[in-house]
Amino acid sequence: MALLEIKNLSIQFGGLRAVDDFNLTVEKGDLYGLIGPNGAGKTTVFNLLTGEYKPTEGVIKLEDKDITGMSTIDINRAGVARTFQNIRLFKDQSVLDNVKIGLHNQFRYSPVAAVLRLPSYFAVEKQMNEKALELLAVFDLDTEADTLASNLPYGKQRKLEIARAMATNPKLLLLDEPAAGMNPNETEELMEDIRFIREKFGMTILLIEHDMRLVSGICEKLTVLNFGRILTQGPTRDVLSNPEVIKAYLGDD
Amino acid sequence: MVSFIAYLINGLSLGSIYAIIAIGYTMVYGIAKMLNFAHGDVIMVGAYIAFSVITTAGMPPVVGLIASMCGCMLLGICIEKIAYKPLRHAGSSLAVLITAIGVSYFLQNMALIIFTSNPKMFTSIIPMDKMTIQAGAFRIQTISLVCIAVSIVLVLLLQLFINRTRPGQAMLACSQDRGAASLMGISVNGTISLTFAIGSAMAGIAGVLLCSAYPTLSPYTGSMPGIKAFVAAVFGGIGSIPGAMIGGLLLGVIEILAKTYISSQLSDAIVFSVLIVVLLVKPTGLMGKVVQEKV
Amino acid sequence: MNNIKKTSRNNMGTIGMIIAAFVIVQILKTAGMINSQMDGLLVPLCVYATMAVSLNLVVGILGELSLGHAGFMCVGAFASAFFSKVVEQSMGTFPRFLLAILVGGAVAGVFGFLIGIPVLRLKGDYLAIVTLAFGEIIKNLMNVLYVGRDAAGLHFSIKDAASLNLMEDGEMIINGPLGITGTPFDANFVVGFLILLISTVVVLNLTNSRTGRAIMAIRDNRIAAGSVGVPITKYKMAAFTLSAVIAGCAGALYSHNLSSLIATPARFGYNMSILFLVFVVLGGIGSTRGAIIASIILTLLPEVLRFMADYRMLIYSIILIVMMIINWNPKSRAWIQKHRPGNVIRSRREASEAGKEGR
Repeated sequence: MALLEIKNLSIQFGGLRAVDDFNLTVEKGDLYGLIGPNGAGKTTVFNLLTGEYKPTEGVIKLEDKDITGMSTIDINRAGVARTFQNIRLFKDQSVLDNVKIGLHNQFRYSPVAAVLRLPSYFAVEKQMNEKALELLAVFDLDTEADTLASNLPYGKQRKLEIARAMATNPKLLLLDEPAAGMNPNETEELMEDIRFIREKFGMTILLIEHDMRLVSGICEKLTVLNFGRILTQGPTRDVLSNPEVIKAYLGDD
Repeated sequence: MVSFIAYLINGLSLGSIYAIIAIGYTMVYGIAKMLNFAHGDVIMVGAYIAFSVITTAGMPPVVGLIASMCGCMLLGICIEKIAYKPLRHAGSSLAVLITAIGVSYFLQNMALIIFTSNPKMFTSIIPMDKMTIQAGAFRIQTISLVCIAVSIVLVLLLQLFINRTRPGQAMLACSQDRGAASLMGISVNGTISLTFAIGSAMAGIAGVLLCSAYPTLSPYTGSMPGIKAFVAAVFGGIGSIPGAMIGGLLLGVIEILAKTYISSQLSDAIVFSVLIVVLLVKPTGLMGKVVQEKV
Repeated sequence: MNNIKKTSRNNMGTIGMIIAAFVIVQILKTAGMINSQMDGLLVPLCVYATMAVSLNLVVGILGELSLGHAGFMCVGAFASAFFSKVVEQSMGTFPRFLLAILVGGAVAGVFGFLIGIPVLRLKGDYLAIVTLAFGEIIKNLMNVLYVGRDAAGLHFSIKDAASLNLMEDGEMIINGPLGITGTPFDANFVVGFLILLISTVVVLNLTNSRTGRAIMAIRDNRIAAGSVGVPITKYKMAAFTLSAVIAGCAGALYSHNLSSLIATPARFGYNMSILFLVFVVLGGIGSTRGAIIASIILTLLPEVLRFMADYRMLIYSIILIVMMIINWNPKSRAWIQKHRPGNVIRSRREASEAGKEGR
């Protein structure tokens, strides 16, 4: 049983078919790349996968469970977490609180316990702090726990988004251009981090990226999207040497 | 049927006054991205200026109207420069909103000190002997027709100004992207001042029309029409001039018809209920554009 | 965690401030240093400060603009006064007032919930205008509501007093535009202080918890909050309803401090809602302490300015404009920031706004 199975996924915006007949199978433990030129519809696929958009046609299955058309909230609870191309942090809150919001559905106590400051409040808050710091430590952000999220440098903001997504305890992690805006050193660190979370948490990862060094460095399989349609898919090396792909990226001439 | 048409005209007349005020709201919102809650009180100031010129100084109504327009224009520019401009980059549209409320209190209390709280009887700009028009079975207030005509002319002029002149195009550009407009060499400060000037001059006209139709003038005269016009602007889709026009007219008609046929005490509740229903069906107003947040 | 200690210290400061203010006022009162005019202001001060706490929950913490909060206060005021009138003879003062406050809060909460369902689907200024509309509708409806009681029970009408068909011995409870008269005068400063204190503790403790973080996550980035599984509608509704409950309690306090309760525009109209918003924004949006302080300053200011006679409200408006500009102008804020180190709330806001252009 594949972890993620997408069949004939399409979405139409007015006259434009932004994603057309998209098929994808991701096995548990895969590190899968989704690439393609700008405007090819990659982020739209993520938005469909997470329920941000409702597909016009097609089926999305997570561990054989149909999640097509479910709300973003239910899809996250079913086990899909994501990061955003244009970083979306909770800017007015601390780094630690950003991750703790990710832990929202993992740790619970009643609002009454919070208002009355019952022992369960302190106990669960302590667990949440520990868990959040553990996740932050993976991305070397634990020393910045008290910093306001908006005060982090760009590269760290991207990492914090990954940590926050990981906090929801997902089965599948979607990373939308995680290396965008990073310098080569930061990208190198990020690749390490992605490998690490994959091994430590056995995470299945689907990522969108333009940085070919990152894609060829860590992805085992690729799907190439062009004008909303699949150009080709398969093992990274085969895909990257495919003349069609080179043409799509570099143009016809 | 005859009386229905008379009420309808009444409604359209009130609606066109709302529309003129609402256009001022909507223009300022479109360009300065702020709700100018003092706009209603500018109407009141305009009416007092006209009152002083016409009744106290005994000048002809036209002079009163022009004085009201010029006075309001000046007032609008000053308000913007003194109270709103320092907060343009405050990072919160709420801060400017509250300052606008401060300006509203200021104008009301200023009027209270100068003119006291005793209501003044405003002399209509329509001469006594031409107050009503008789056409067969109809008897219509002349001022109603004047209101409707003035609002139509103003909207047409405004559309021409925005679409055909350079300053008008600059306003359009600023409303779409202030940063890009300033990069294109458009003076953003100048354009915002111009917007306040036009919006406030229209408020001056609205003040004179409002008090000609409903002749009691007090420091709080502008408050309720101001709020209603704000509702009308949102109703039509805030930022859209045709929207403000339609919103204003609809609001006036609904208000008068509700007062006449349902309950005069509940007319405001009915107007606001209609607004709620419209916004629930069309969350950005009648002519508002839906802006989808890009994920 | 350092971070938790810092916020809870901040919260303790706010609560300490309220208690200290109460103790000082009580000492001044026993020392006879508070004149009757000031004494008469104590309960309204508690009402307004509680309203500031309530509205700050919606505007500052949930991040939605409400221009109709006076409507919830109005509902709470009428519901509790109605309750007190009905049970006036059959209960002692203390349990009656306690129940009246609960009734005021509960009824306002129900209104908050019902209004929240449609309103919270809207965004930004559209949401604001619809809350304004609901506030005006509530005020308007209160003015046409007639309720009377006689041996046969309660009678309702929205036309006039005569259509209630009361018997000889019947009594009017809510008399349309004349409102409710003769509500028992149960409110006092101690109860007002307790309502303010409890509301503040509830809001602060909730803010600094799982629930509060979820609410603030929705404020900061709705899409991101959804993507990590925070149930958006649920928390928006919860914050809005809780805010209405607090406003209803404040309303109960308000109505039991008046001999005649009338839904006039000056008391429950949009002007009042806007005044509450002034407290919140002047207090620094999101800061409960700031909102309380602003509400107290702005309520006392007209009294302090009384010597200016006719000019006092004019001066009041000028002070308001100047305070807003000083508080929010980027340059003056930078100056304040430089000269007042360690101001946690301000520096947090400042820092967060450096990165974003408007909301």
